[in-house]
Amino acid sequence: MVELTLPKNSKVRTGKTWPKPHGASNLRKFQIYRWNPDDGENPRVDTYWVDMDSCGPMVLDALIKIKNEIDPTLTFRRSCREGICGSCAMNIDGINTLACIYGMDEIKGDVRIYPLPHMPVIKDLIPDLTHFYAQHASIMPWLETRTQRPEKEWRQSIEDRDKLDGLYECVMCACCSTSCPSYWWNGDRYLGPAALLHAYRWIIDSRDEATGERLDELEDPFKLYRCHTIMNCAKTCPKGLNPAKAIAEIKKMMVERQL
Amino acid sequence: MAYVTDRKRVTGLGSARSGTQQHWTMTVTSVALLLLTPFFLVIIGGLLGQPHADVLASLSRPVPALVVAAYLVVGMHHMRLGMQVLIEDYTRGLSRKIGLIATTILCYGLAAGGLVALAQIAL
Repeated sequence: MVELTLPKNSKVRTGKTWPKPHGASNLRKFQIYRWNPDDGENPRVDTYWVDMDSCGPMVLDALIKIKNEIDPTLTFRRSCREGICGSCAMNIDGINTLACIYGMDEIKGDVRIYPLPHMPVIKDLIPDLTHFYAQHASIMPWLETRTQRPEKEWRQSIEDRDKLDGLYECVMCACCSTSCPSYWWNGDRYLGPAALLHAYRWIIDSRDEATGERLDELEDPFKLYRCHTIMNCAKTCPKGLNPAKAIAEIKKMMVERQL
Repeated sequence: MAYVTDRKRVTGLGSARSGTQQHWTMTVTSVALLLLTPFFLVIIGGLLGQPHADVLASLSRPVPALVVAAYLVVGMHHMRLGMQVLIEDYTRGLSRKIGLIATTILCYGLAAGGLVALAQIAL
């Protein structure tokens, strides 16, 4: 059954307000979700003040500055700093996005940062993406061939290669899936926009020889048809992709092979 | 706690190999309702406030009776499928099964009741 309120031990409380840095005149207030699995406490929202005169322009710059200069216990994932690895996906100012490419000038007022919604939290801003990655693995994210030759290079026309644009760029940050209400309610069975976008990327690949099997595996009221074209996925994708369109294309192919 | 791999948890009972028929039926009934609704509204709208005898006379004619009957059947079938989606979205386990049964009884019961009433008027 769908749950509309948080469990008692997940209710977010007001946390610690960290001291303002001395001598800074251009301060910005950050409110950041904190939860430590080891202390047995409820989650809390801590308040930090960051000197913007000595901080980079992106939200990730501020998070790294907080960790380096104010609170080394603040925990978050990050790696590439340029929107390629997808590690720093989090909910910033109510939007799932990548902290490394989200400018603080896009945010009015306080900067509120939470982990990606509706996922188990490992610590602070780090969600547990184990199930999400297993769903991605389940759609066979590789080129599946039956024909033995050519042994090495499988050629593809420019037109067929163009069909992969808008699909291959996905970095699996999970912003789309965790913004999808259908994924919130039925994420155990619904594959979610990210996995389905990847599924379509291989279904539409001219070199792949397992198109029918891929469609067979997806033909399910929950794996695929929980998508109700809500479009949160397309709205939130930090790479500007459109998973909802990919899912609609899969549905069209499902109908096509029955009529 | 169950000692199963994440992959097994995702695979679950595998693909049901269904869902497309419902999706396509929803699409077809949507188009049908798009076409039927203006006619239905014109027929029923024109009867609002009319004397009882005029309403019965109007619904006794073949074309209005056919439109209302088609609207009832298609509309209730569409409602049944739409409510199934809602129930599957928000409920689980036994409540899901009970909800689906109750919805089926409600929708097809309404359609059957409407058709019987229409037949009594038209025939």
